[in-house]
Amino acid sequence: MNVMSNDPYTTADGRRIGGVLMEMKNITLRFGGVVAIKDISFDIREGEIRAIIGPNGAGKSSMLNVMSGFYTPTEGEVWFEGCPRPQMRPYQVARQGIARTFQNIALFQGMSTLDNIMTGRITRMNSNLLNQALWWGKAEAEETVHREAVEKIIDFLEIQHIRKTPVGRLPYGLQKRVELGRALAAEPRILLLDEPMAGMNVEEKEDMCRFILDVNDEFGTTIALIEHDMGVVMDLSDRVVVMDYGKKIGDGTPDEVRSNPEVIDAYLGVSHD
Amino acid sequence: MTDQFLYAIEVMINGLMAGVLYSLVALGFVLIFKASGIFNYAQGVMALFAALTLVGLQKGQIPFAHLINAMFGTDIHYFGWELPAILAIALTAGVMVVLAILIERFILKYLVNQEPIILFMATIGLAYFLEGLGDVMWGSDIKTLDVGLPQGASLWAEQATSGLGSENFYGFFIDKLDIAAALTAAALVISLTLFSQYSKQGRALRAVADDHQAALSVGVSLRFIWVLVWSIAGIVALVAGIMWGAKSGVQFSLSLIALKALPVLMLGGFTSIPGAIVGGLIIGVGEKLFEFTIGPMIGGATENWFAYVLALVFLVFRPQGLFGEKIIERV
Repeated sequence: MNVMSNDPYTTADGRRIGGVLMEMKNITLRFGGVVAIKDISFDIREGEIRAIIGPNGAGKSSMLNVMSGFYTPTEGEVWFEGCPRPQMRPYQVARQGIARTFQNIALFQGMSTLDNIMTGRITRMNSNLLNQALWWGKAEAEETVHREAVEKIIDFLEIQHIRKTPVGRLPYGLQKRVELGRALAAEPRILLLDEPMAGMNVEEKEDMCRFILDVNDEFGTTIALIEHDMGVVMDLSDRVVVMDYGKKIGDGTPDEVRSNPEVIDAYLGVSHD
Repeated sequence: MTDQFLYAIEVMINGLMAGVLYSLVALGFVLIFKASGIFNYAQGVMALFAALTLVGLQKGQIPFAHLINAMFGTDIHYFGWELPAILAIALTAGVMVVLAILIERFILKYLVNQEPIILFMATIGLAYFLEGLGDVMWGSDIKTLDVGLPQGASLWAEQATSGLGSENFYGFFIDKLDIAAALTAAALVISLTLFSQYSKQGRALRAVADDHQAALSVGVSLRFIWVLVWSIAGIVALVAGIMWGAKSGVQFSLSLIALKALPVLMLGGFTSIPGAIVGGLIIGVGEKLFEFTIGPMIGGATENWFAYVLALVFLVFRPQGLFGEKIIERV
């Protein structure tokens, strides 16, 4: 497997990995005097599952926020689909086809599962305000089409039984799944997952793993995810970036990363004898 | 049926009608509070401003006439044409949308992520500014508003009910304007509910109300939604302004109807559209019935304070209101 060249290739389990879809070039992010991310570069290729790992406070979430437009990098550029991305607001990034989930679930608590996932279709709806207000012209047909797409996602994530339940009442694991559904509903080019397994029990973790793999496999969605649970990440991802104290200390296949001495140091500590 | 009982029913019906008008004002508050967590102190003044603009446009008044006259020594007041009511209403709605855009552009944009109290203070400023602007633009004299709404007693209601009581009972007195207001309010609420439940923007609006970050992540532009919600609130203010203005003339006291909306909101809950409606009706009926039954025993004039006392009692037993979201903190 020649992962380091940029030619498309096929993985052992038959998934096709394409060219570079998103590239972070020398990203630095400062908050006043605090440097959250220090000169990090890496790329994400079409169709792959890319993980960003690192101990707590390594700057993983900051990186994800840069990718999704919630933070603007102090230095460096984000390239998407071969072009440098101008400074954008988060909703504009979302409209480009980058969907995300949050570490602390950010669902619309008062809305039903169905409605929450429907909001994910907002970027895909294009009838105008007047049509919508008068429920006239395209609006009605559009709602039907999107409703079908959403129902498919609900089936896929096996959450039919909670379609009408306000998400505020759902247990944590299910809320995470609904949030994944909402991000999926946008049919994103890249799906960014911020600690999708955090706070879950073993069974929920296994479910989530399965869904992530299935999403990648069935829809061919490119996925970038953040985790600090090494075990989960190694099984799941094609390539891994390792961060520590805002710096990149490793990048490569799970096997390469596992044997990288710097990574071992960051996770297990260095012995000073 | 005794006459006394019939009178009570009549009072109740009139209370319901008055309640609808309270609901209209409360509705504007709820819309903005739901979408942006701002208690918009300026809602009443917006109704006044909308009514002033409507009358001004309809009568062909020249905006800022007093100012222009004072500065240039001219004596102009009217353009000399009058607009049909429907056109004037459409134009005024347009003005309210422009106002919403300006509010977002010059106030809200700079106050993103601020404490609610700061946003509240900003709307107090907005209220005084709009009050002054309305005065300077259209003059401070009391104006009559006539957009062709039916007025006076409904003969139909009177005749249909006159046979119910004894000879001294002449049938129910119901103002046609109140009926028109009730129907308009009902239409407004139904369309707003449908819009917010079944349309893309409506869903985006609820999304913003629920969680700003999450809304951004699914591609909702907060600024657009704020303009949208302030526009809708502006148009609701216009409707309230038309109804109250037609009832009691367009003058400064119109802006004080906002104070009547407060007990309605406490009763119905700050975040519920049905709450605003039901709250308004309860206050309307409550104050009229209280005045009718208890009023004479304690010297009358209870309508001035009854709503507030009722709201106070509610605050003690159900602080989130009838339909408001109960706030539960998980420990």
